Amino acid sequence: MTTTSTVPTVPYDEALQEFEPVIGLETHVELGTASKMFCGCDTAFGAEPNTHTCPVCLGLPGALPVVNATAIESTIRIGLALHCDIASWCRFARKNYFYPDMPKNFQTSQYDEPLCTDGYLDVVVAGETVRIPIERVHLEEDTGKSLHVGGATGRIHGADHSLVDYNRAGIPLVEIVTKPVTGTGAMPAEVAKAYVAELRDVLRGLGVSDVKMEQGSLRCDVNVSLNRPGEEWGTRSETKNVNSLRSVERAVRSEVERQAHRLRNGERIVQETRHFHEDTGMSTSGRSKEEATDYRYFPEPDLVPIAPDPAWVAELKAALPEAPSVRRRKLVAELGLSDNDSAAMVNAGVLDVVLATVEAGASAAEARNWWLGHLAQKANERGTEAVELPVTPEQVARVIALVGEGTLTAGLARQVLDGVLAGEGEPDEVVAARGLAVVSDEGALTTAVDEAIAADPDAAEKVRAGKVAAAGALVGKVMKATRGQADASVVRRLVLERLGVTEG
Amino acid sequence: MTDLTRLTAAETAAAVKDRSVSAVEVAQAHLDRIAAVDDRVHAFLHVDADGALAQAKRVDDGELTGPLAGVPLALKDILTQEGIPTTAGSKILEGWRPPYDATVTARLKAAGVVILGKTNMDEFAMGSSTEHSAYGPTHNPWDLDRIPGGSGGGSSAALASYQAPLAIGTDTGGSIRQPASVTGTVGVKPTYGGVSRYGLIAFSSSLDQAGPCARTVLDAALLHEVIAGHDARDSTSIDAPVPPVVEAALSRDVRGLRIGVVKELSGEGYEPGVQARFDEAVEVLRGLGATVTEVSCPHFVYALPAYYLIAPSEASSNLARFDSVRYGLRVGDDGERSLEEVMALTRAQGFGPEVKRRIILGTYALSSGYYDAYYGQAQKVRTLITRDFQAAWEKVDVLVAPTAPTVAFPLGAKLADPLAMYRQDVASIPANLYGGPAASFPAGLSEGLPVGLQVMAPTLRDDLLYRVGGALELALPPAVPPLAWETA
Ligand SMILES: [Zn+2]
Repeated sequence: MTTTSTVPTVPYDEALQEFEPVIGLETHVELGTASKMFCGCDTAFGAEPNTHTCPVCLGLPGALPVVNATAIESTIRIGLALHCDIASWCRFARKNYFYPDMPKNFQTSQYDEPLCTDGYLDVVVAGETVRIPIERVHLEEDTGKSLHVGGATGRIHGADHSLVDYNRAGIPLVEIVTKPVTGTGAMPAEVAKAYVAELRDVLRGLGVSDVKMEQGSLRCDVNVSLNRPGEEWGTRSETKNVNSLRSVERAVRSEVERQAHRLRNGERIVQETRHFHEDTGMSTSGRSKEEATDYRYFPEPDLVPIAPDPAWVAELKAALPEAPSVRRRKLVAELGLSDNDSAAMVNAGVLDVVLATVEAGASAAEARNWWLGHLAQKANERGTEAVELPVTPEQVARVIALVGEGTLTAGLARQVLDGVLAGEGEPDEVVAARGLAVVSDEGALTTAVDEAIAADPDAAEKVRAGKVAAAGALVGKVMKATRGQADASVVRRLVLERLGVTEG
Repeated sequence: MTDLTRLTAAETAAAVKDRSVSAVEVAQAHLDRIAAVDDRVHAFLHVDADGALAQAKRVDDGELTGPLAGVPLALKDILTQEGIPTTAGSKILEGWRPPYDATVTARLKAAGVVILGKTNMDEFAMGSSTEHSAYGPTHNPWDLDRIPGGSGGGSSAALASYQAPLAIGTDTGGSIRQPASVTGTVGVKPTYGGVSRYGLIAFSSSLDQAGPCARTVLDAALLHEVIAGHDARDSTSIDAPVPPVVEAALSRDVRGLRIGVVKELSGEGYEPGVQARFDEAVEVLRGLGATVTEVSCPHFVYALPAYYLIAPSEASSNLARFDSVRYGLRVGDDGERSLEEVMALTRAQGFGPEVKRRIILGTYALSSGYYDAYYGQAQKVRTLITRDFQAAWEKVDVLVAPTAPTVAFPLGAKLADPLAMYRQDVASIPANLYGGPAASFPAGLSEGLPVGLQVMAPTLRDDLLYRVGGALELALPPAVPPLAWETA
């Protein structure tokens, strides 16, 4: 129970009949460079706190930053993939504010001279292409992470003490900012979600980030305002910490509903930062912009300006991979997927992973079935999207291959995937660790079959009498005894053989 | 027996090399000297006797060689040295032992230079007298009641009192040159980017530059060669060969050199005695075959106000990291106070008044709505000053001016008047804003106190400074401090 659930709202569809939405998205992407933005520290996720640190990323007195050239290249490639102009000369800037997880108490970022400006990304929503204008793409460094211990809220206020992990401090972070997006009509939430999904696919295709929203390597801030048709744009709110595709949609939706109610009642929208709560799908009011910090930006004197050679930028542009939308169209055509099939996969947001699974060696039908079936179900149980599950298309393809070669049954394959999802390692490791390979030793199976027959003489008698359907109970017993590791069709054949029945 | 503390660095290195003396003996002699006089001079904040003797032994064992191997040095306490207390003259860093060496420190160690300890300075290099040190002032060996200059007064006083033949300073607006001027020593601010800033605790990143301090021009050049050169850890470090400074110092030849006297850096505000010694030194150079003309640099008069916007602005950001969270002082962490309160209390108690003044000034100058009028405008002035220099290089090879407008003033004389203190740097600041090299060389005494001649040169022409300094040193041998207080 939170106080947010009592905020009065107008239903989404009704709100959008009365008001026009304007949305904007700021997306932060942690780049997958081997080392941090300004030092040589490792960027791997999940290390012991404060083990990936050095004088530079701890901001020790005297330490100086040196730019990671790969991060510059990745940012330019992102800009190019989003059809941006690439600056021929630009500088980093210091964004000054005090916060304990920021070692220098300023963030090295870019201010009025971003690396990439003025691009766009096309997304398809309900069969229609919507062009999302991109304002800028710039490069900055991530902060550390604070853990507030004690207190009720897990927030800094009321905590007994705080711990700070600087492993993330200094990881290169690309910020992609849209221009205000108008004309989304009745679908601002759907457009926002589609944009983030498409952006994520672009980034994945570029290979610049692992784009895992669950681990925070892709994070969104969502701006929403409403106005009545013909009127000026309304005051916007900015919802922070929106960390899954589903949440992007819910954040826009809940803001539309909340703001519509206030506007309808003649109340003012406060320009503020709101915090999104994954558990409730609602946001709560945070800091008001009226008390906003003055960041006192100025050009970073410790770094020389960046001046990308136009010839090099042209090379990067020429070497860009195909856009996901193009690649998708091609593969769908190559695989002969029906429009219905691909539409179902687009709706579930799994088309790209299905295609990636196919590229990793699986058949289109199998890949589709796993992603829309078992994995979709698992995602649903976890309240997330299938693509955000901690399993890669390569792993899914491997499981499909193991079924194909007879090592796994479909049931065992599900267990293997569950093991992968539980972090037990690669599919082959899960098979070995859980002992999940199919039992194909007929001698061992025959013993189990005989035991099942002995345990259920009634069923055996019915089968002998020609009621072949009764064999199901015996097969079930054998499967249970072998913990699902037997091939059910082999067991069935053995049961019938032992009872002297041959099927026509 | 020779007093080892009176040798030049070059002489010491030669003696150590031919084994007429051991590096350990040299180090011990200086440690003894420090023990004997530093209670009155207060040049050092920390003396690392064990480390110095261990390093000297490595030189004696032949592990470390080079033109300055076995020569003792005093390191300004603004450069990190692994495991050795480093305070930048501030309470806020009391007790901090850096886990890493500054590039300058690492190069000194690798060259077999023997670091005796860390020298006193104005807190975070903000000052011209060393009176803004949180650990008490340093006294000028020429007159213990007078300032040794600042911010690097500890380094200059260590040289002038024979506690070390070499020292490292840093110069943001004159912190190497003005102390050299008022102690009768040699101080060189290399071209910005010529010496790595990695491990130099930042005051104003776009101006800070470490450089050599010594009693002779050749010693400064030898030290310059050891510490200079490209460093991949400092992105503003210049990837170019080190100018031939030792060769230039040895040439002692200014024949044909075109010297420009900066018109705007004379007259009102310059003590008559300072002006007279300066004029005489210029005449000496003319007599040695240099051509001397007057050059106008019309924007130099705006250098001081521009500097006092740019440097505090950068400082306000650079000093934000001192917040009690990761290292250094922490005040009021009683489990009740909030993080913000602890940060504020720490900074209130940890920073001295001059540092606070500049943080407030810089914070204001960068504020939204004021940025263009202050920081932005100051950057434009900086460009104009750079153009003045570039125009001058069309006519002359080097520019000269008095290093500081006065001789060493009495301790306390300017503490109540920050602007009077700031004016000490009026002649030295233009070179920082431009980024070119500049040095102060002894130019005689006024009323028994040293006067410095400043030489400024085009970027990466640091060698020209040494040509002038070497020639002047030969023709006008520097006065030796009487050190009457030692026997008093
Ligand atoms: Zn690091």
